[in-house]
Amino acid sequence: MKLTHTLLAGSALALVAGAASAQDLTLVSWGGAYQSSQQKAYVEPYVEANPGVSVTWDESSAEAVAKLRAMNEAGNITWDLVDVVAADAIRLCDEGLAMEYDPDELLAPGDDGSSAEDDFGDLIVSDCFIPQIVYSTTFGYRTDLVPEGVEAPTDVCSVFDLETYPGKRSLEKRPINNMEWALYCDGVAKDEIYDVLATPEGQDQALAKLDTIKDEVIWWSAGADTPQLLADGEIFMGSTYNGRLFSVIVEQDQPVGMLWDMQVFDLDGWIIPAGLDEESQAAVEDFVKFATDTTRLADQSKYISYGPARLSSAPLVSTHADLGVEMAPHMPTDPENAKNTLLYNYEFWADYRDDIDAKFQSWLAK
Amino acid sequence: MSDTTQNGPMLAADGTPLKRSLARALRRQKMRALMLISPLLIFVLVTFIAPIADMLFRSVENQMVSETLPTTTQVLGEWDHSAGEPPAEPVYEALYYDLFIAAEAKEHTKLGTRLNYEYTGVSSLFRSTGRGLDDLGDDYLDELEEVDDRWGEGAFWYDLMTGTGSTDEDLVAAHAKRLEQLTGDKLSGDVGFAPSTEIAALLPKTTAAYADFAVYTALVDGDVVAEEDPWESVYVGLMTDLQTADVASYSGPEAEALQTAAEAAQGIEYIPLKTFFAEEDEDWLNVDIWATVQTYSSKYTSGYFLNAVDLQLTPDGIEARPENQQIYIMLFKRTMFMSLAITFSCIALGYPVAWLLANLPASKANLLMILVLLPFWTSLLVRTSAWKVMLQQQGVINDVLVWLGLVDDAARLVMINNQFGTIVAMTHILLPFMILPLYSVMQGIPPSYLRAAKSLGATNWTAFWRVYFPQSVPGIGAGSILVFILAIGYYITPEIVGGTTGTFISNRIAYHISSSLNWGLGAALGAILLAVVLLLYWAYDKIVGIDNVKLG
Amino acid sequence: MALTIAKPTSAVFAAGVAALFGAFFGIFVGTATGSTLLGLVGGAAVIFALSWAAATFLRGQEKAARWGFIVLFTAGGFLFSGVPGLVLGLIFGTFFGWLTFYVASGRYRTGLPPYSTPRQVLWHFAFRTIAGLILVFLITPILVVMPLSFNAEDFFTFTPEMLSFDPEGYSLKHYRDFFTNSDWQGALWNSVRIAPVATILAVGFGTLAAIGLSQPHVPFRQAIMAILISPMIVPLIISAAGMYFFYSRIGLQGTYLGVVLAHAALGIPFVIITVTATLVGFDNSLTRAAANMGADPVTTFFRVQMPLILPGVISGGLFAFITSFDEVVVVLFVGSAGQKTLPWQMFIGLREQISPTILAVATILVIISIGLLTTVELLRRRSERLRGMSPS
Repeated sequence: MKLTHTLLAGSALALVAGAASAQDLTLVSWGGAYQSSQQKAYVEPYVEANPGVSVTWDESSAEAVAKLRAMNEAGNITWDLVDVVAADAIRLCDEGLAMEYDPDELLAPGDDGSSAEDDFGDLIVSDCFIPQIVYSTTFGYRTDLVPEGVEAPTDVCSVFDLETYPGKRSLEKRPINNMEWALYCDGVAKDEIYDVLATPEGQDQALAKLDTIKDEVIWWSAGADTPQLLADGEIFMGSTYNGRLFSVIVEQDQPVGMLWDMQVFDLDGWIIPAGLDEESQAAVEDFVKFATDTTRLADQSKYISYGPARLSSAPLVSTHADLGVEMAPHMPTDPENAKNTLLYNYEFWADYRDDIDAKFQSWLAK
Repeated sequence: MSDTTQNGPMLAADGTPLKRSLARALRRQKMRALMLISPLLIFVLVTFIAPIADMLFRSVENQMVSETLPTTTQVLGEWDHSAGEPPAEPVYEALYYDLFIAAEAKEHTKLGTRLNYEYTGVSSLFRSTGRGLDDLGDDYLDELEEVDDRWGEGAFWYDLMTGTGSTDEDLVAAHAKRLEQLTGDKLSGDVGFAPSTEIAALLPKTTAAYADFAVYTALVDGDVVAEEDPWESVYVGLMTDLQTADVASYSGPEAEALQTAAEAAQGIEYIPLKTFFAEEDEDWLNVDIWATVQTYSSKYTSGYFLNAVDLQLTPDGIEARPENQQIYIMLFKRTMFMSLAITFSCIALGYPVAWLLANLPASKANLLMILVLLPFWTSLLVRTSAWKVMLQQQGVINDVLVWLGLVDDAARLVMINNQFGTIVAMTHILLPFMILPLYSVMQGIPPSYLRAAKSLGATNWTAFWRVYFPQSVPGIGAGSILVFILAIGYYITPEIVGGTTGTFISNRIAYHISSSLNWGLGAALGAILLAVVLLLYWAYDKIVGIDNVKLG
Repeated sequence: MALTIAKPTSAVFAAGVAALFGAFFGIFVGTATGSTLLGLVGGAAVIFALSWAAATFLRGQEKAARWGFIVLFTAGGFLFSGVPGLVLGLIFGTFFGWLTFYVASGRYRTGLPPYSTPRQVLWHFAFRTIAGLILVFLITPILVVMPLSFNAEDFFTFTPEMLSFDPEGYSLKHYRDFFTNSDWQGALWNSVRIAPVATILAVGFGTLAAIGLSQPHVPFRQAIMAILISPMIVPLIISAAGMYFFYSRIGLQGTYLGVVLAHAALGIPFVIITVTATLVGFDNSLTRAAANMGADPVTTFFRVQMPLILPGVISGGLFAFITSFDEVVVVLFVGSAGQKTLPWQMFIGLREQISPTILAVATILVIISIGLLTTVELLRRRSERLRGMSPS
């Protein structure tokens, strides 16, 4: 509704002014609350400042790599800017489907005067990846289902502890993250997880650990599953993205708590598809420069509890737009929350994904 | 007509022989029928059959290996993996130049991903090596520039390579064609460069590397060759050539610089490419990786189909996949079994309803028919979600059972995320497809048959089983095949309510198409599934006839 | 119509049958108030007494007696547990009043042959109950979806407030969301733009081809039929992936036309099947008669053939329409943001953010489908009247 209004107002202005040429940007994102945070934090102010621009959303991020590949095969790129997780960005960049860029040239410097490259720092994990947010995959649990006389869980390994915390769990239907947690809770030191996981014995060890809870696991594949299962009381605990848990706990006021232990750090950001025509590319670059500046990234955190990818945005993180809740303590980037974390190992999974996935699926089906 | 002799052919009214006239009429009739059909036939062929054929073709297509590494696969052809030794220097040399241009065109990681399906670890091997290729050439360039600054300049190189006298246009054309194959794009335009035959003979590797550079610069980047600094691979080529070439007698442009460089090259440490690759990643000495490349270098492969039936193509022939990776045969069997279960439950539930509908007065039957059709018209996604709400442990059915005290609160039934959930939800979704054909068949069975049987002394059961049921079999056949074929290809419902034990082969196809991006394997699985469905369709057509399906 | 003349049965028999049902419903009432067993026995006893009294003393005044049941139960229910009890009492009162007299008057036998044994009568009703339960199974999801669409919370869950009929637990906000959210409205608009065009394409080509196919002497009939039916038998995910690659290559991917063509292809088998089925019963001498009387083929088609096969065409068209309107797999691949249809939006809704707005949409669609189905039914009756085949 709001979008339509803005668009209508925008096009009306453009007609009156008659100057700005109409430019339509197709942005690809995930839909849901995340996309609406981008809409509010980036698109609405941008369209207000540039009345000639209109924005169309395509909720295809989940299929972005496949679709970009096919578009590239066909030589017809219809997307202007694509929101993807870092692993996909690396893949797209490797295959030449995403445009490489120079951070200092494309992105605005930080508010504190730091250059864009320093401000984003290590988060630029690929030459094509324009980081936006830091998110975590972690566990939420039903506070009212914690057995009496037992402390609420604080340790990720309570997932595997069926005796203390009986009840169903939900885990994502893929090996990534689950294998790491299983090894960690099977006594493998944190910095050795990937070395162990690279060996067939290590993979078997992880699956054996997962086997101990297999009967109690509901496997999810859509991001909305775990929150729904938690709200139904269908599971005791389950993995999902921290922003989803924030929404369940704070916005929906459900009896749910969350763990900040061994949560998997991951990044989400933009890529610009390779092979855009000059006009679209210029328009997109202008938008990206605006949408990734210090203020805009900090603004996004008013609507969703994901940490801004810029260092300089961190001090600007304020309160939730509607609820007035202080957002910083809900961010994966908050030092309190980041005491024991695991960083997604992109390189490892690029190599082992096919192999481990085959084993994982075969194990699942048994 | 009357004048026709007994022996002559019978004539039609217009005097043509009747046989021919009839044949013509028949032909005209056929033509008219075909003309009516052809617009749709063409429409379906273009919008549907062509895409399916195109899709299934991917299951055997394997040009990527030979197009990305054309020289390497050619040189590798003679290598024998069973000796247990990695290939010799020429293979690594070919690999370097193949990989270099592939890395420029960003094609090498695609190949890495492709080969990673067959051998874990190839993906990062290609990616990391792709990044290190420049370094070798850069090192050589630094040394050469100490002798003569101009070695880093584009114009200098252009003069050197163009030389004087006759030029080798074919060489450039061959390289352009190879680049076209690599990128898959049609390239056109003038390269603006051709090496002199003399240089090409004297410095063959340099020339080949420079030709790659020139073709890419001119046709892909659209730049002028003479103005661009050559690729690092050219220096590697030059250093390799200088190890053996006799440049003293060369007299073309920049001959002096070349001779000085040749002298200086004696003092530069030359790193054989095998050593270089081994230093980049010791996996390059791994025999298995090379054997995999060799096995998959043909243009078409049965590899995807073999993977789809839990086998794999190895250098030593076809082998079973490791047991802990076998999944597809089981999934195919499960898909069959569950589709059968769904079909039977549809028969069990559909038969009484169809009977009731067929035996009620039409006005009542049509009202009930709306109940049958209504779910049919409700979004599949919504119906599936509704089953989730019904069947889950904290769902409606469990709640009622617990409330009634039939089930203990601690032992709520597990009815979803397993085969039961999938069967219930899919039976519900497909039930109308069973009821409708059954209903239309039963409508055609006169009720007087049953009454006649009964009046002749048959019991209810005998009358039904011996008289009515046999007549309704075509309906069961039509409904069953329809339900079975539709069930076998479903994937959204099993995905939502199937958990781990209730998923179908289509779920894996969807996974390979949109998530793992192993399109070849997805296509192979799809082709097998399609073959099964077509076989069933054929059987159906033979037994029942497709015309006998009636919907509503 | 009646096969058997109704013969009154004994009051004890009628009361006994009613008591069985009383016991059954008593279980639920009993459970709700604490004791299942008490409910069972109490329900049976109360209903037996009431039914026996009604069947014995009020046999002549059926209407008054049935009203009496309703008043008694409604009042009892209200005193017992307020408004929900009142509603339940109304239902129970109506049901038991009707049941008592249905059995007592012997009307239940009118539809059965007079020589039916009691076992056959019992089977007759048991069978109908089974069939009725299966029909309930068929509409169960709809019964679940409708109340949930009024959920005040953002999950697919029956909240305690909803179960206790607390108005707090209900809200229209998901309907409001559907009507005010530009995503949903855009999706609705896209569906409305795509489905009819796909349907017209499918029906146009399909009807022509079906007429062609039903001519005698069609060469390669089986093969052609197989090709035309194939969109229905090829697993959807394969079709979707194939169309996706192919349409990308010819520039149709992500275009309105591409989605329309894909959906038309998927709808064609339904048109072919229904129209050929209607044509099986078509009397070809009618077209010859028309031709004899000087009508050209086009006139013959529109004036003679078309009106007669219209029900098949409409029914096929509706199937084609619903295929497009409810299709998510193919559009997800072939479409892009500009062609986001309702099912696609629902799919996103389920994947990214579970919101009962989907259920509100489904409820609205169900109501529209009921309307459409009723229209079809009326049209069908009309056409049968036209053909002189009045429904029996």
